[in-house]
Amino acid sequence: MKELSLNILDITENSVKAGAALTSILVDEEGNTLKLTIEDNGSGMSEEVLKGVTDPFYTTRTTRKVGMGLPLLKLAAEQTGGYMTVQSKTREADPEDHGTKVEALFYQDSIDFTPLGDVVSTICTLIQGHPDTDFYFRHKIRKPDKDVLVEMDTRQIREVLDGVPLNEYEVIKWIEEYLNEQYTGPHDTE
Amino acid sequence: MKSLAELQKIKARMQDKVVLREGSGDVRVVVGMATCGIAAGARPVLNEFVKDVNEENLSDKVTVSQTGCIGICQYEPVVEIFEAGKEKVTYVKMTADKAKEVVEKHLKGGQVVEQYTIGAYQS
Repeated sequence: MKELSLNILDITENSVKAGAALTSILVDEEGNTLKLTIEDNGSGMSEEVLKGVTDPFYTTRTTRKVGMGLPLLKLAAEQTGGYMTVQSKTREADPEDHGTKVEALFYQDSIDFTPLGDVVSTICTLIQGHPDTDFYFRHKIRKPDKDVLVEMDTRQIREVLDGVPLNEYEVIKWIEEYLNEQYTGPHDTE
Repeated sequence: MKSLAELQKIKARMQDKVVLREGSGDVRVVVGMATCGIAAGARPVLNEFVKDVNEENLSDKVTVSQTGCIGICQYEPVVEIFEAGKEKVTYVKMTADKAKEVVEKHLKGGQVVEQYTIGAYQS
């Protein structure tokens, strides 16, 4: 993947497919690290599936239902000196608190760090394709020269829209600008 | 700054429109968005279709949606166009520029852009 934001899009698609009502995408940049957390309340994975998801070559069985998404993210993290972990609980194991949490740490000063890229486009693409699913996105940058907090919650947007689908073009465009403005700041104050 | 009040206005405008639009969507544009598609560049292709279909006022008859792996990963990004009463058209190795052209010629003009279809690549 050319951008981490594409890995985010790919991994979050798994959450949606797992029936998650809500998926949180958190990006925290501090010092020279970037931590990515994707957490959903979907159906979760059994221990056996979980073992296989991070390594597509773990076994030769042909019945596998998992793909290359997580191995690619793991590689992207590890090649910077970081790591990726996956925790999951199935609905059967815990009907109250189930889902999957993927956490990946990247070192941004590594020559092999993949830039985050257009994360706003990723969020808009997710909402366009899955207007009935909720997404919470938060991007925090805490650096000496940069202090940014970008946040979006489709539950709040959904409440305002009152039945109008979230993937209406004007709504998607509003969300895109809403996020972009949080990155660049309002234009009229500078 | 974008405000929720502005979103309220969009809602008011859309609520009328949504009613008008019921029963439409004769043409479906489906973009493959699995790992293979995303890695090959499907995100800008999808976004170009969404943008052009809406800005060319085709959204009453054309819906743009996403799907998983179509099974021909080597041809990604893959876009399928379904139209009632017509054979499915499969566009392969798409880019945002090609998407723009497909909207213009195929969706607006009714002419399949043969050189981007899977048939052109296989023959």
